[in-house]
Amino acid sequence: MIRVLEPGPQTTVQDAGRAGHMRYGIPPSGPVDRPSFVLANRLVGNPDGAAALEFTLMGPRLRAEAPCSLAVTGADVPVTLNDAPAPAWTTLALATGDVVKIGAARTGVRGYVAFAGGVEVPPVLGSRATYLRGRLGGLRGRALARDDVLHLQPGPIPRRSVVPLPARPQWGGDIVLRVVLGPQADRFTDEGVAAFLGSAYEVLPQSDRMGARLNGPRIAHARGHDIISDGIALGAVQVPGDGQPIVLLVDRQSTGGYTKIATVCSFDIARVGQAKPGQRLRFTAVDVALAHRLLRESDAALTSVALQEMA
Amino acid sequence: MRFLPAGDLAVSVELGEEISVEINTRVRALEFLIDQKGVPGVVETVPTYRALLVYYDPSIVGYEALCAQLSTLAEQATTTAMPPAREVELPCCYEGELGPDLDAAARRLELPVDELVRLHAGAEYLVYFIGFTPGLPYMTGAPERLTIPRLDTPRVKVPAGSVAIGGIQCCVYSVESPGGFWLLGRTPVRLYDPDAAEPILLKPGDRVRFRRVERREFDDVAARVAAGRFRPVIR
Repeated sequence: MIRVLEPGPQTTVQDAGRAGHMRYGIPPSGPVDRPSFVLANRLVGNPDGAAALEFTLMGPRLRAEAPCSLAVTGADVPVTLNDAPAPAWTTLALATGDVVKIGAARTGVRGYVAFAGGVEVPPVLGSRATYLRGRLGGLRGRALARDDVLHLQPGPIPRRSVVPLPARPQWGGDIVLRVVLGPQADRFTDEGVAAFLGSAYEVLPQSDRMGARLNGPRIAHARGHDIISDGIALGAVQVPGDGQPIVLLVDRQSTGGYTKIATVCSFDIARVGQAKPGQRLRFTAVDVALAHRLLRESDAALTSVALQEMA
Repeated sequence: MRFLPAGDLAVSVELGEEISVEINTRVRALEFLIDQKGVPGVVETVPTYRALLVYYDPSIVGYEALCAQLSTLAEQATTTAMPPAREVELPCCYEGELGPDLDAAARRLELPVDELVRLHAGAEYLVYFIGFTPGLPYMTGAPERLTIPRLDTPRVKVPAGSVAIGGIQCCVYSVESPGGFWLLGRTPVRLYDPDAAEPILLKPGDRVRFRRVERREFDDVAARVAAGRFRPVIR
């Protein structure tokens, strides 16, 4: 059992996500940075999709009400265990009364805290993921609050292990994202597409789990910015009338009526979600065949991460 | 028919260029066939007016192979018989604060308010698809006389349950959200209830009718909805 002493600005329960309900307007939710979420779960011996916490910009302060193991991954954050520095990307064993504090992100935006066994909340429509706008899943559809108690599912005590340094992502600096052009790239002028592929776009603070709002050179439409509403895929780059792109993420609206110039590939979504306000994004086009090859490589890289066991 | 890639995990199958019952019926028939036949690698689908967004797992099916299969199914979708449509009756109160744009819409359409209500409540609406927010139906079916441009300035907050028109469309806002349609009335029925075993009321293909109720009945139904003792009429 875990007691929430400080929740952080927005900390939610997430699992692998809620598939199959976008046709009813319910997005998948789940972690924005799936690889970091998966590695947190592996560090505590859980299946990849077990329910864990996602925090935003600043982590929670938690007290163990019974012995447990946890791991912190994702954004680069300071971690303390009973006020002494403790490592991230590493299994931490907690005794009853131990307090873990996770500080402000130095780079990256979203961090993950996985607990051995996984967070026990009732599945809703087959998933424990929180969808805040729809008040669905997780802790009665809301973010964590002070004095919440998280129950953990029983599980074996994991071996203490660590994600080796080369396997940990780096979040700072300019970011290049691979996109597949379309579905509506033909609704933009050549200059509009050239601006999109040739310029840097800065992440705005209004970004959230629904979408990352960007600011940069205007992307010009060829004939209006409205289309007959259609489905919005993960990573869709929607460009409304102001010519400024929005990259749609895991809590996105299922459908919409703005043109979508391109779609960020799934393996680059984590890097969108980890870009801080003010950080700059660039886009480079790949075709579907290359995107699928890069996806296989990305999946293989995550599968092959070998956790180092600790003495 | 056009196949438009939507990144590495989805493809949009466009079956037409317009909002029409015929094209939308083919979209829903294609989705129905995919559900029935279980196309390997298809993860989920999202129908809209004239397109079906198909999410797939590229480790199971490649892009070209998937498009070929979807193309075959889309041909069959022109003649597929789908399960009969459900008819759903939603009580709707067209009064005062529940229909804040009713008077303005009537002036804009140059109709007496009562005639506007009579025409709106007298029509049957087809749910083309559910989208934007959980459970929100995109519908048409109002008489042409009720076609109206969207509001010049969208509202920041529209209450859940608001029954509204814009263009040729009619919708019911399912959660409090921004919105640019004219609010004619409100239903006390929840189209999205995150605490219910089945949170979503309406499905694509449903036929919806609004039953005009007075404020007293609206309040009574709202109280029964809150207590979990109201089920809308579904045939």
